[in-house]
Amino acid sequence: MTAPRSAAPSAPPSARVNAPARQPAAARESAPLIAARGVCVRIEGRTVLRDVDLEIRPAEIVTILGPNGSGKTTLLRALIGALTPDAGEIRRSPDLRVGHVPQRLSLDRTMPLTVDRFLALSGARRAARQQALERVGIGGRAGAMMAALSGGQFQRALLAHALLRRPNLFVLDEPTQGLDQPGVAAFYRLIEDLRRETGAAVLMVSHDLHVVMSASDRVICLNGHVCCSGAPHVVARAPEYRALFGLGTQGALALYRHEHDHSHAHDGPAPAREEAPRE
Amino acid sequence: MSFLDDFMARAALAGIGLSLAAGPLGCLVVWRRMAYFGDAVSHAAVLGVALSLLSGAAPMAGVLVMALLMAALVAAGPERLLAMDAMLGVASHAALALGLVAVTLLEGVRVDLMGYLFGDILAVSRADLVAIWAASALAAAVLAARWRRMLLATLSEDLAAAEGVSPRVEKWWLALALALLTAAAIKVVGALLITALLIMPAAAARTLARSPETMALGAAAAGVAATLGGLRASWLWDAPAGPAVVTTAAAILALLGAARALLGRRAG
Ligand SMILES: Nc1ncnc2c1ncn2[C@@H]1O[C@H](COP(=O)(O)OP(=O)(O)OP(=O)(O)O)[C@@H](O)[C@H]1O
Ligand SMILES: [Mg+2]
Repeated sequence: MTAPRSAAPSAPPSARVNAPARQPAAARESAPLIAARGVCVRIEGRTVLRDVDLEIRPAEIVTILGPNGSGKTTLLRALIGALTPDAGEIRRSPDLRVGHVPQRLSLDRTMPLTVDRFLALSGARRAARQQALERVGIGGRAGAMMAALSGGQFQRALLAHALLRRPNLFVLDEPTQGLDQPGVAAFYRLIEDLRRETGAAVLMVSHDLHVVMSASDRVICLNGHVCCSGAPHVVARAPEYRALFGLGTQGALALYRHEHDHSHAHDGPAPAREEAPRE
Repeated sequence: MSFLDDFMARAALAGIGLSLAAGPLGCLVVWRRMAYFGDAVSHAAVLGVALSLLSGAAPMAGVLVMALLMAALVAAGPERLLAMDAMLGVASHAALALGLVAVTLLEGVRVDLMGYLFGDILAVSRADLVAIWAASALAAAVLAARWRRMLLATLSEDLAAAEGVSPRVEKWWLALALALLTAAAIKVVGALLITALLIMPAAAARTLARSPETMALGAAAAGVAATLGGLRASWLWDAPAGPAVVTTAAAILALLGAARALLGRRAG
């Protein structure tokens, strides 16, 4: 299938434009918290990530979008050091402190673990733990067993744990999965508040396309490689983005149809740069 | 005449020392679904016995070396190897079979094979007792020092990595503790029953525990109870001590499980 690249001749310069619009001025100047350069990851002989460049600076909110299996979780794992890339390098600022919400927890039911004990693994004191729980909206569940939480409550407990790490970078893998509607809204408000209070940066994976566009400083579309990235309003009109999320000719929001599957050259220069029409 | 002159007292002390370390370690083995890993390491002990017979070293030293080797082999293997029951089953039983063959080929030396397979707790000497406590204490110290990090790595390797804890390093520490415990246990319950002594008290403690720590302590307590109860049964009915200890552990687990099921039904 061809990406509707030609179908959108008037698309604005997309992609790889490294000039986020609403990013705080301070962020652009300070050194990146984490920087990936040419990262490649192969799993069982299959190339899962190819030539990924990425920089996160203090206080910016960056969202990774991409279909299932596009390598989002793999990229986050490489960034936090859970796996070593096969090529490329990842630089972390010496004072980097990560608060992570993994996509999944392999909590074995044979481990008895209350919410409060789980939070204590972060090293935080009791008062701080209770405060964090209230902040994520499950103040009454401190004594509950982790295994007995509902999906959304579980997700909130993970977020509370990440908060308690007092991170300067949140790395959140689909943090809103299982949250109810008010929960999702409250979550994005909380992220915004945290950024304002602590100056922490946020790197997250999300499938909430609409919210993401208003809540992020920068968006990265991933499909094994970075298809396009930049400020949300720029990316939203990028042909790569439209192809990836099926916003092509029909204009309908049909998620994850894989129409994109790499109509542009894999190894060549970034197509967006090549083809972005001049203004 | 000292208390330690009594072989029953020495047996009880050996079992208690071993159980105190086996409790917490067994919990980690259960949480991480590493029972086959435990089997592989403990079955390598038989090969260790053969090694010590060949070299003239103390059996516990040979066992420690082979258990460490096996633990390293499995821990160093690719990540997904740990999840591969079949591969671990192969390693475990290959080690066991090879060990049996090796020990039998050394027939010249009279070997009490049963003693190494099922333990010979009633024959624990003072020197054995010191070695058993030393190895158990070391294993327990490793676990105590790494406890938070091991819990984190058990819950999620990614969460651990994000917080600066290397799941790989923790796996190595765990493998070391397991090898130490295997060396301590070979004389007490024997190579074939070490995994049972790890898993049964942990499973018994799970029925009552509300935190990883109470489960670890409960498992230690259940192990001590199984040791004392098993030794008593072995004395009363002249049963082999190691299997009697493990049978008692199984009985404790069954009792607690049944009690919990009953209470749970009444409450619910
Ligand atoms: N441990 C693993 N073993 C084998 N394959 C893996 C492993 N981890 C990831 N992969 C493969 O790598 C690819 C990318 O996986 P990844 O989890 O990064 O996708 P994702 O973008 O996070 O998807 P989702 O939206 O479903 O979470 C997939 O094809 C997956 O099958
Ligand atoms: Mg994922």
